[in-house]
Amino acid sequence: MLPGEGGPLTLGAVAYDPKVVTIWDGFRRWFAARDFAFDFVLYSNYERQVEDLLAGRIHVAWNSPLAWVRARRLGEAAGRPVRAVAMRDTDCDLTSVVVVRAESPVAEVGQLRGATVAVGAVDSPQATLLPLAHLGDAGLVAGADFKVRRFDVGVGLHGDHIGGEREAARALAGGEVDAACMIDGNHLLFSTEGTLAPGATRVLTQTPPYDHCNMTVSAEADPAAVEAFTGLLRSMDYADPEVRPLLDLEGLKEWWPGRLEGYRPLEAAVDRLGFYDASGRVTAAEYEP
Amino acid sequence: MVTVVELDDLGFDRGAHLLVDRALRGQPPGTVVEVRGSDRHLAVHLRSWARRRGHGVAGARVIAGGAEARRWHGAERAGGARPGEVVERAPASWGVAARGALVEAGGPPLAGIDLDAKAEVWTDLAPKLYAQALASQWDPAVAVDWDEPHLHDDVEAAVVQVMTYLVENEQTALVVPARFLGRIHPHYREVVQFLAVQVADEARHVEVFTRRALLHGEALGVSGAGGRASLQTLMAEAELSLASFLLSVLGEGTFLNLLSFLEHHAPDPVTRQVSRLALADEARHVAFGQAHLEHRVACDPSLRSRLRAATERRHAALARTAGLAPEVFDALVVLAAGGWSTEAVGRGWDRVMALQAEMDEGRQRRLVRLGFPPAEAAALSGLHTRNFM
Repeated sequence: MLPGEGGPLTLGAVAYDPKVVTIWDGFRRWFAARDFAFDFVLYSNYERQVEDLLAGRIHVAWNSPLAWVRARRLGEAAGRPVRAVAMRDTDCDLTSVVVVRAESPVAEVGQLRGATVAVGAVDSPQATLLPLAHLGDAGLVAGADFKVRRFDVGVGLHGDHIGGEREAARALAGGEVDAACMIDGNHLLFSTEGTLAPGATRVLTQTPPYDHCNMTVSAEADPAAVEAFTGLLRSMDYADPEVRPLLDLEGLKEWWPGRLEGYRPLEAAVDRLGFYDASGRVTAAEYEP
Repeated sequence: MVTVVELDDLGFDRGAHLLVDRALRGQPPGTVVEVRGSDRHLAVHLRSWARRRGHGVAGARVIAGGAEARRWHGAERAGGARPGEVVERAPASWGVAARGALVEAGGPPLAGIDLDAKAEVWTDLAPKLYAQALASQWDPAVAVDWDEPHLHDDVEAAVVQVMTYLVENEQTALVVPARFLGRIHPHYREVVQFLAVQVADEARHVEVFTRRALLHGEALGVSGAGGRASLQTLMAEAELSLASFLLSVLGEGTFLNLLSFLEHHAPDPVTRQVSRLALADEARHVAFGQAHLEHRVACDPSLRSRLRAATERRHAALARTAGLAPEVFDALVVLAAGGWSTEAVGRGWDRVMALQAEMDEGRQRRLVRLGFPPAEAAALSGLHTRNFM
């Protein structure tokens, strides 16, 4: 059903984990109980989801930050700009860290020259693109000034699959690499779950804050339906026992309005590393979602 | 005034969040807590921890969010913790929460728990009888001296036959409470606990009677079709109170006399020991069933007519069956005789006759305690299965 034809508002989500079905099936029932016609489509990767959003096959995409960057570029190039209408409270002001072993002689970023740095999947904003761009800002060019060891787990999922980051952390703990990149929350997770021994690592540098996922809507989506959808998302209350388990699974306490300033670092990283071109075409090497 | 949490060198990778959580507990949203410490990852980890918990962060300060309080919105206590505080009807929404726990709203309701009313399941004696049951547990390997001389083959065969009969009865007595266990709301936990121990008791009885049967040989006795038919009517009873009445008050009640008979008249010490041990357990089961039924009848006197109907229904169902297998009856006589002289057999016969009279008297006494007039108690006792259980 195309936008404006009176069918349900259709959302695309990437099935990076079986829980995605539980989450969106639950939200669908929650919306239905509030007389809001809603359906969802699952994708195996973000590139296809973004392309379908621009092609009008879905109205809303639950997008990774990288998928947002591409959707924005594709939309503007086509003269049909997309909008970010909502995000999780936990999507705002994240950081990534570049971590070394505690006893490493590397005391400052410049000393990574000639070192090997582990990153996540090629398309992970938090474990690859943003930290590599951050090191670039510090004057170190990936591949030229230091070697990159990439852990391509779940390529096409834009880093939603934690596997690449965990493998990078394991490589650091095992002494195979000199540094590893990961999102701040995963450094804490890896340190508590035992992938990294507590106290065995040191944060060498931390990126500036950036934002993560958002609900991206196409230019053609019915504005009234989008407004109703956004209003219902915002009304989801953590005190509601029906919706709380779904919020827990999705990793938020409340939905916030979308904001765009938090994507500037990733836009810059995408340009620096040549992941997409200005019109949203995939230009990254060795990227096959 | 801003609360300060001093973490020293404790990191969030080693439990620092507990101290911050403690400072934030019960505080309204917007409350500011300043976190100080020397762990090198404090700033990175505090930020990501707070974000996940729905708190704000400004530098080293955490600004309390409202998620924790919202999570407990609509939570309720699952009644009072003490047995005296059980509620009249336990809601399915409490699930398997401990009685008295603060239950977060949501989650799947208990499924398949249809015995959820105090009037249906409870007895005030349950906590006491459960405690007694636990204190009275015994280990067959220790409580019974299994070394004993071989009896005369004919007498031994009688003992084996009686043991074979007891095993099928105990297996039934195990299954009946086990079927109800999973249907009772865990709020009435002392009842569930008591029945769980009752099931364990029966499992042990099955073991010791089997072990006694095989003590000197390899073959068990016979199992009559009529006896098994009688036992299966017990398993078919779907209502807790009726099943408890038929099994514990009438069936196990009758078995008290039988086990006491075996304790006194069995020709060998092992049979006497296992009968004595099982008797103590069964007496507890009867006490529980009797207390449960007395509570039920007090709440609902019309239950008596349903108890009567259940007895009559079972009698009708068994009218065309043989009841106690003749092999079992004869074995009881030989066992009580202890030998094959005419004098011994006559004595054994008299003892079994006396046993049946005692069984009838015991049933009538328990029925009268449930409020049945003596004449009706006598009539109902007479309808009880000839298979004893």
